[in-house]
Amino acid sequence: MVTLEINGKSSQLDVPNEMPLLWAIRDIAQLTGTKFGCGMALCGACTVHLDNEPVRACVTPVSAAVGKKITTVEAIGEDKVGKAVQQAWLELGVAQCGYCQAGQVMSATALLKSTSNPTDDEIDEAMSGNICRCGTYPRIRAAIKLAAKEGTK
Amino acid sequence: MSQESILDLPDLNRRRLLKGVGIATGLALTIGVNGLVRAAVEEPKKYGGDAMPGGLKADVLVFVSISTDGIVNIVAHRSEMGQGVRTSLPMVVADELEADWERVKVVQAEGNEARYGNQNTDGSRSMRHHFEPMRRIGATARMMLETAAALAWGVPISEVEAKQHQVVHKPSGKKLGYGELSAAAAKVPVPARDKLKLKSSAEFRYIGKQNTRNIDGQKIVTGTTHYGIDTQLKGMLHAVVARPPVFGGKVKSFDASAALKVPGVMKVIELQGSNLPPLFHPLGGIAVLASNTWAAIKGREALKITWDHGSNASYDSQAFRKTLENAARKPAKAVRNNGDAVGVLAKSKQLFSAEYYQPHIAHGTMEPPAATVQIVDGKCEAWACVQDPQAALNTVAGHLGFKPENVKVNVTLLGGGFGRKSKPDFVAEAALLSQAMGGKPVKVTWTREDDLHHDYFHTVSLERIECALDAKGMPTAWLHRTTAPTIASTFVENAKGGAPFELGMGAVNMPFNIPNMRVESPEIPAHTRIGWFRSVSNIPHAFAVQSFVAELAHQAKRDPRDYLLDLLGPARKVNPESISDSWNYGESPERYPIDIGRMRHVVELACQKAGWGRKLPKSHGLGLALCYNFVTYIATVVEVVVGDDGEVSIPRVDIAVDCGPQVNPDRIRSQAEGACIMGASLTLTGEITFKNGVAQQSNFHEYQVLRIDEAPREIRVHMVDHGLDVPLGGVGEPVTPTIAPAICNAIFAATGQRIRTLPIRDQLKA
Ligand code: FES
Ligand code: FES
Repeated sequence: MVTLEINGKSSQLDVPNEMPLLWAIRDIAQLTGTKFGCGMALCGACTVHLDNEPVRACVTPVSAAVGKKITTVEAIGEDKVGKAVQQAWLELGVAQCGYCQAGQVMSATALLKSTSNPTDDEIDEAMSGNICRCGTYPRIRAAIKLAAKEGTK
Repeated sequence: MSQESILDLPDLNRRRLLKGVGIATGLALTIGVNGLVRAAVEEPKKYGGDAMPGGLKADVLVFVSISTDGIVNIVAHRSEMGQGVRTSLPMVVADELEADWERVKVVQAEGNEARYGNQNTDGSRSMRHHFEPMRRIGATARMMLETAAALAWGVPISEVEAKQHQVVHKPSGKKLGYGELSAAAAKVPVPARDKLKLKSSAEFRYIGKQNTRNIDGQKIVTGTTHYGIDTQLKGMLHAVVARPPVFGGKVKSFDASAALKVPGVMKVIELQGSNLPPLFHPLGGIAVLASNTWAAIKGREALKITWDHGSNASYDSQAFRKTLENAARKPAKAVRNNGDAVGVLAKSKQLFSAEYYQPHIAHGTMEPPAATVQIVDGKCEAWACVQDPQAALNTVAGHLGFKPENVKVNVTLLGGGFGRKSKPDFVAEAALLSQAMGGKPVKVTWTREDDLHHDYFHTVSLERIECALDAKGMPTAWLHRTTAPTIASTFVENAKGGAPFELGMGAVNMPFNIPNMRVESPEIPAHTRIGWFRSVSNIPHAFAVQSFVAELAHQAKRDPRDYLLDLLGPARKVNPESISDSWNYGESPERYPIDIGRMRHVVELACQKAGWGRKLPKSHGLGLALCYNFVTYIATVVEVVVGDDGEVSIPRVDIAVDCGPQVNPDRIRSQAEGACIMGASLTLTGEITFKNGVAQQSNFHEYQVLRIDEAPREIRVHMVDHGLDVPLGGVGEPVTPTIAPAICNAIFAATGQRIRTLPIRDQLKA
């Protein structure tokens, strides 16, 4: 049994220590907003926050999440920056199929929490671990900038 | 196509593989001057949505229901994979219905083409085929609501008008909401089709406008949508499958003892493979079922399997390229022959030829294939991310030995499709496993490795073009040998040579103003599953043809844009049948001729917007490419920068899009942006290679797709406005094929280096 605090709720999950957090969140806690895309930290679809830091849940064992605050896309809107990111995403119609967007929103929120007004290079740096096969990159870039602007209002 | 032979035939029909039946013969003559007399000759050939399995349906009672609280429920019968169809088609209904979009709910249809009409979301057809039926549905519902209000008030119908979710009595200003009218409206007779009053385009509220909220947007950004991989059922088992590494291989023997010891693993089941042709059958292999996905993956790692690799175990991409080259350099069957290209080439002194290679590529949808199936009381229910739910239903029924009416396929959102998810092999896997487990719900998840190893790959191809040139450097003869395994091999064992629908994607139907044009299609066997990938054969054809045209322009010392326009010749309409294209994307050649004027216009527009001819800094270059595909006209100008290290970056792309009427302009733009990035991805890094029959790329470190730092920085989409004056063209696919040649032409402009092999990868780094 491990105790995980996901989105402010503490739950006991009957999983082995080495199970990647991704599968504990998706299959056991049944929060499916966090996505599987590669399982090797290559695509960013599984990005969640551990104590506000973005991590790839597919390569993070649950043991590494014990005692930390896990935030997934389902709850990121409760955060002011997360909300601004979601709003900007909607405003600019970023999503196509949407499958990568949970990870994109989580990475973008983490970026804006540490860097309130990122440059293009900083956006590249923070977002290049998140693949979007639909090719929404130009709108992601624009939406991050929009969220940065709205966030400082 | 008969209904009984579910497993082999309808699927064949799904992309119009073989030439359609029923040639239109003298059709126009059989209609009398007064339009009343119609001779009893053979049925006219059907086109567009009418020719698709299931045809077009516009039954208002199927598609629209209004609850008493005023919520208008509109059925989306096509699959959403990012193109916005769950918004755009219901939006058309809502517009004609004068429904307020904020009070519209979209209901996803299950697979049932008898009820909804064709649902195969593929071929850039959804809006092209269903715009008119959706308009009629909306208008029908609107008129029924108006009639109900007129009856309630006892006033003439001419005095009432539906406006934004209510019907108004114009003289008195009385109003009744749609919710209040719904019960009465349902009892009103459905007006006949010829009595329908459609809106004029000036009256559109949503069609052609920018402001319509995406129906899934909010749920996407909050992670609360349901994709195929997200289904959770009580008591569900999670499965992954070890499939034969080589296509056509089989399990020889296996030992599951270690796998069964992995905590959480519950069962190991052998899945039978299928005979050729591959169709949409499961590949077979060993399935591990567990209490969660992770345990299933770990269990699979612990399996010991001995494979019989079968007849494709020597498939090797390097050697196969030689096979293609040899075939491309020998005469082959002509699939178009206007004039005498062979004779002119033999006599000409001025010759130019080139060969272009494109490897296999994988779709790599961000959501890998995944499906969940359970069987209760002899009824099977599936939840799956499928582009073609009726094919999924038929495939599942066939494999289970069930009657189709005992199978239900619920369509989830698709985390990308690009053609991969029109093949429902993964749904059949889940169904067979559920059946083996006594009907328990089973979810099959493909890992990324599974997806890249067992795709229905975009075909590998070698395109050779030879030209005879006159004194001005213009071609007098053109010979194109398009050399590739065919998608038909997925449906017909050992099929070889280009199918009409492949040849009609930019090989035979090049309407160049050249007197002698010949296209040949050598017979090449397939050694893996070949499938369609966003814009399909247009990708290799446009890469070759548009690169070759720029090479010819260079030979002739001419501007590539002017040269291309000269090759197209004057504005005119070309009947595709006159240039051996019997397919024409399934559309009528009269309604959809190849319009050279529109081709010329997109070329001119893209160039003008891109500042063609502008002065560029060192190592920058502009490249142009044109592609008419899915009855849409696209021209693209790419600006590249080639760094000293040979690294290619793309600061800007200008895309001219003429897809006819623009129903949801923002989604047209986003499709153009996405297709551009996907096209850049396949140009720069996209490649699946085979060795010993096995795909060599396993995950995104080896199969690289574009990331944000490498993607074109600025993509400008310029749309040609025709109002409703021309028929609709496709949107999801057509930009893709222009990107590779435009990038390669731009690289040539920047560096003088000509790329003839995709992907570019390190070619400029030497
Ligand atoms: S699934 Fe974790 S990074 Fe791809
Ligand atoms: S929106 Fe489809 S993968 Fe990003």
